[in-house]
Amino acid sequence: MEFPEDLKYSKEHEWVLIEGDLATIGITDFAQDQLGDIVFVELPAVGDKLVKDDAFGVVESVKSVNDIYAPLNGTVVEANDDLPDSPEMINEDCYGDGWLIKIRLDAPAEAAALMDAAAYERYTAEEGA
Amino acid sequence: MQRTPLFAAHRSLGARFVDFGGWEMPVQYQGILAEHTAVRTSAGLFDVSHMGEIELRGPQAIAATQRLTANDVGKLGDGEAQYSLLLLPSGGIVDDIMVYRLSANRILLCVNASNAAKDLDWVRTHAGGAEVVDRSAETALLALQGPTATRVLARLTRTAVDALPRFACRELEVAGVRVTAARTGYTGEDGWELFVDAARAAELWSALLAGGDVSPVGLGARDTLRLESALPLYGNDLDETTTPLEARLAWVVRFEKGDFIGRDALIAQRAAGVRRRLCGFVLSGRGIARPGYSILDQGETAGRVTSGTQSPTLGKAIGLGYVPPDLAAVGSEIEIDIRSRATPATVTSLPFYRRTSAGGS
Repeated sequence: MEFPEDLKYSKEHEWVLIEGDLATIGITDFAQDQLGDIVFVELPAVGDKLVKDDAFGVVESVKSVNDIYAPLNGTVVEANDDLPDSPEMINEDCYGDGWLIKIRLDAPAEAAALMDAAAYERYTAEEGA
Repeated sequence: MQRTPLFAAHRSLGARFVDFGGWEMPVQYQGILAEHTAVRTSAGLFDVSHMGEIELRGPQAIAATQRLTANDVGKLGDGEAQYSLLLLPSGGIVDDIMVYRLSANRILLCVNASNAAKDLDWVRTHAGGAEVVDRSAETALLALQGPTATRVLARLTRTAVDALPRFACRELEVAGVRVTAARTGYTGEDGWELFVDAARAAELWSALLAGGDVSPVGLGARDTLRLESALPLYGNDLDETTTPLEARLAWVVRFEKGDFIGRDALIAQRAAGVRRRLCGFVLSGRGIARPGYSILDQGETAGRVTSGTQSPTLGKAIGLGYVPPDLAAVGSEIEIDIRSRATPATVTSLPFYRRTSAGGS
């Protein structure tokens, strides 16, 4: 199970890569492992607003439909256009080619409230496998 | 939750478990898509020991079976099986089952796990003079399915299993373990269902996997496989409010065999016409249909999805659902309400997938 050190993490199992006022968002190794084979993904459009803690998209495994929740407030500047045709990339490379969206943050300081890798790893151990 | 005799084996294979009808069952081992592919291209092994086994015995066994079930057990010789239904007097379906005529005095009913207690009660109530024996606790059931399944089985038994026709049922010795083997299954592939003493289930399971050419397969892939083959799932596509005439199962009902529970109601429904029909559809828009989603006809709710998934073999989203009869025609354009978006779909002929080589489904 991977927990890259340079990322921040939300309680809903999203990862966030902060670069100034831009953030790249995806779902974590723990999440993709729990979901199993991912067969469908629904992403927001460029220009859509992300409201923290609201659902902004959907990831479907063979057996389940799962909302993805905004870890921060912002506006979508890019969505991973390769993903809808190859949703399995989330299983194969959740921190790389399986990225979901990039947003411009309303308030970069909000990122401080997210967990670091060590805290998230502890959090996943509590949630159970 | 209850566990089958193979729980430890599943755990050691890294299975992920789910609660199915009160049983802690493996939903996947390596992954649903890989397991699905294994059954379609080589062989997979399922533990379905949670299912129930009820025997009707004695000189009244056949008569009791005829009364309780919709299909005609009189058409079976010894050592033959058939798909059948337990019906309510209303014509609604109590359960969909397999009936195995072991002999004229011994009929085995294999029933869904989620209905085992209900079915046993129902059978006991209507058995008349037949003896009813619940063999579920002492019986495990392994399903070996796929194009290479018969080759695998043949390696482990002296009986010439390849020569046995589909729906045949025989006592065999497999890897030294006595089983009742039936050339039946729920995947649309060639395969075998092996009824074995619970005490020897683990031994049989290991023997079947020992060659390295059989993959353990969980309930997740079991569902995608049966749905591609348009086989109904009780609780989704069938329940006590659905009749065989609505559910594409009219072929199972042998009206001419004589009286059976539900016959009169179905005759009346056949005369009056059904008000809904189970149909299959493929999505043309983006999205996956899921059980409970509404089916729309030009924007108006017309029916409901009862089964749906992304088909691994077809690479398309498929599903089953109930619609008004005129909408059930192949080629009808419908929409599926997916998160408030009307997503286009087309009613298609069934099954979605059919094995093309001989000796298959």
